[in-house]
Amino acid sequence: MDFYSFLIQLLNGLQYGLLLFLVASGLTLVFGIMGIINLAHGSFYMIGAYMAWALAEQTGNFGLAVLLGIVLTVILGILLEAVFYRHLYKRDHLYQVLMTYGLILVFEELRSIIWGDDVHGVAVPALFSASIPLTDNLSYPVYRLAISAVCVLLALGMYLLIQRTRLGMMIRAGASNNEMVQALGINIKLIYTLVFALGVALAATAGMIAAPISSVFPNMGGQVLIICFVVVVIGGIGSVWGALLAALMIGLVDTFGKVLVPDYAGLSVYVLMAVVLLWRPEGLFKRG
Amino acid sequence: MSNSINRRDFIKSGAALGGAATVGGLWPNIAIGQSGKIKVGLMLPYTGTFAQLGVAIENGFRLYLQEKGGKIAGREIEFFKVDDESDPAKAPENTNKLIQRDKVDLIVGTVHSGVAMGMIKLTRESGTLHIIPNAGAGAATGALCAPNVFRSSFSNWQAIYPLGKHVYDKGQKTAVWITWKYGAGEEAGQGFKEGFVKAGGKILKELYLPFPNVEFQALLTEIASIKPDAVACFFAGGGGAKFIKDYAAAGLKGKIPLYSSFLTDGVLEAVGNDAEGIETTMHYGDALNTKKDNAFRLGYAKAFKMQPDVYAVQGYDAAQLFAIGLEAVKGDINNKAGIIKAMEAAKIDSPRGAWTMSKAHNPIQDIYLRKVVGKENKVIGVAHKALADPARGCKMA
Repeated sequence: MDFYSFLIQLLNGLQYGLLLFLVASGLTLVFGIMGIINLAHGSFYMIGAYMAWALAEQTGNFGLAVLLGIVLTVILGILLEAVFYRHLYKRDHLYQVLMTYGLILVFEELRSIIWGDDVHGVAVPALFSASIPLTDNLSYPVYRLAISAVCVLLALGMYLLIQRTRLGMMIRAGASNNEMVQALGINIKLIYTLVFALGVALAATAGMIAAPISSVFPNMGGQVLIICFVVVVIGGIGSVWGALLAALMIGLVDTFGKVLVPDYAGLSVYVLMAVVLLWRPEGLFKRG
Repeated sequence: MSNSINRRDFIKSGAALGGAATVGGLWPNIAIGQSGKIKVGLMLPYTGTFAQLGVAIENGFRLYLQEKGGKIAGREIEFFKVDDESDPAKAPENTNKLIQRDKVDLIVGTVHSGVAMGMIKLTRESGTLHIIPNAGAGAATGALCAPNVFRSSFSNWQAIYPLGKHVYDKGQKTAVWITWKYGAGEEAGQGFKEGFVKAGGKILKELYLPFPNVEFQALLTEIASIKPDAVACFFAGGGGAKFIKDYAAAGLKGKIPLYSSFLTDGVLEAVGNDAEGIETTMHYGDALNTKKDNAFRLGYAKAFKMQPDVYAVQGYDAAQLFAIGLEAVKGDINNKAGIIKAMEAAKIDSPRGAWTMSKAHNPIQDIYLRKVVGKENKVIGVAHKALADPARGCKMA
């Protein structure tokens, strides 16, 4: 591998890592604040992708479809929290795993009924449809770079929201001692509902903006879920910064693993996870 | 409290019911002689990624039956359906439902190679007639071949082997092979490499992704830096669609030609223009324009209000194959040896073109060369006439 291809592969790795972060951030947020293991997280990613496809077909405008999709998934998140998740906060993780696994099955079936089992493509929005030539035969799609930019913006936005706003302060307080927060007269139920809806919207947004490069197909959520858990575990459960760092590490390890040791490409990410966990059993960052 | 049933009673009554059902179940089997219905078990995916494929296979099977007036050799057919969920872990249980509980005369199944291998283990033991309507695992008609196991579709090796020579003959001397690291991908890889190297070509590198990972960007960068004359791959379904799109987005389309076997089936709507011009080899395709295929397509569209695909053809041929066997023994389903003999000698008048059975029970068939034109996998020629799978390890071959 010459230096120039090395740089391109570095770009590939970072870009993949940022996308992983976007999907995993909702998962780690919901776990960190509310202590919920949400196996249905991947389903929200899938729902987002299918919404992007269906809404883009209806409206003919991808940007509009994403905005509509975000509104719809926030509403979905609020409803799900009120009907299902609210009852799980005080329960053992086993209950959470059981119920959210059940939700995966329900969402897959609903997806099959509403949208069918076909593979669909979503057109890259015209604004970003160009490619930048890198070498004589390789070019880089602008849309991939745009996704990375969105991921960076969202990471920044999450940081500001949680660390720099009053709402963020309440969220953090609720995560460390929710009874005391309630005693101080803060409506923690409402905050939980909001955080959950945010988590759902993050996953769905990831699905929506990834749809043009990933296509839309049944079970796409399942593929994403596993790698999301790896991100969260390496990063330290509940830590948003940890998730960002872990996602970037995984992006790089996966990218270079595939190129340098193609026969063991599937293993590289898990080897990384094992090494990190041996070194720091609680992940890179403890919940912060 | 007195009228509530306690747990122990509940279990007892359940056991009694179960027992009664088992004993009762014996009667019809004894009573049925040569005039009863033939029981056909369909073990196919009806949910999950492959759901459509399962439905297409069943539709194909039913279409042939319908053409025959609903009867084969004067006997009615009764279907028993099991959803295999494309889950290899459930294969033994699901297969046993059909063999032991329903006591079917024929099992048709399935799409997923892992599940099909699980089925074969049991059908080999029980001796139940078994027709595989899709799964291309080489071992099914190779090391694990059996007198009662037939395939109406293809082997992974067979569908792509002729591609190698075609690519070389087009003047492309070097190639990169890329696929998922799993059974079907590796078998297809062997087929392509064998054909390409035999013709004189050189494989520069083999690239793998874990199944079903779809993050291709790193490997596309690698391909661009290796600069082969051609790229050949094995991907299918959603992952295939993504590969086609990523290949085009990386700017490789039009610079390094892409070849495959299954890649472009069922995804042309999803990938739009990005698949245009991709050449593939397969045992079926669009615009064959033969009398048989046109009639089949029309009949299928009329009966099911949708267009048939290669899976529907394989289901249709499974029914034909069984019908030939059963008609040869005049509907005497107990004459298994006679049925097998007739099926082995069968000449199937398929929508894909006529084919015969190899000694290992895999179709000897023409492999077409196809090119994506618009929304069709248009057949542009025959890549290999009457190709048989090498059936490595099969004792019957």
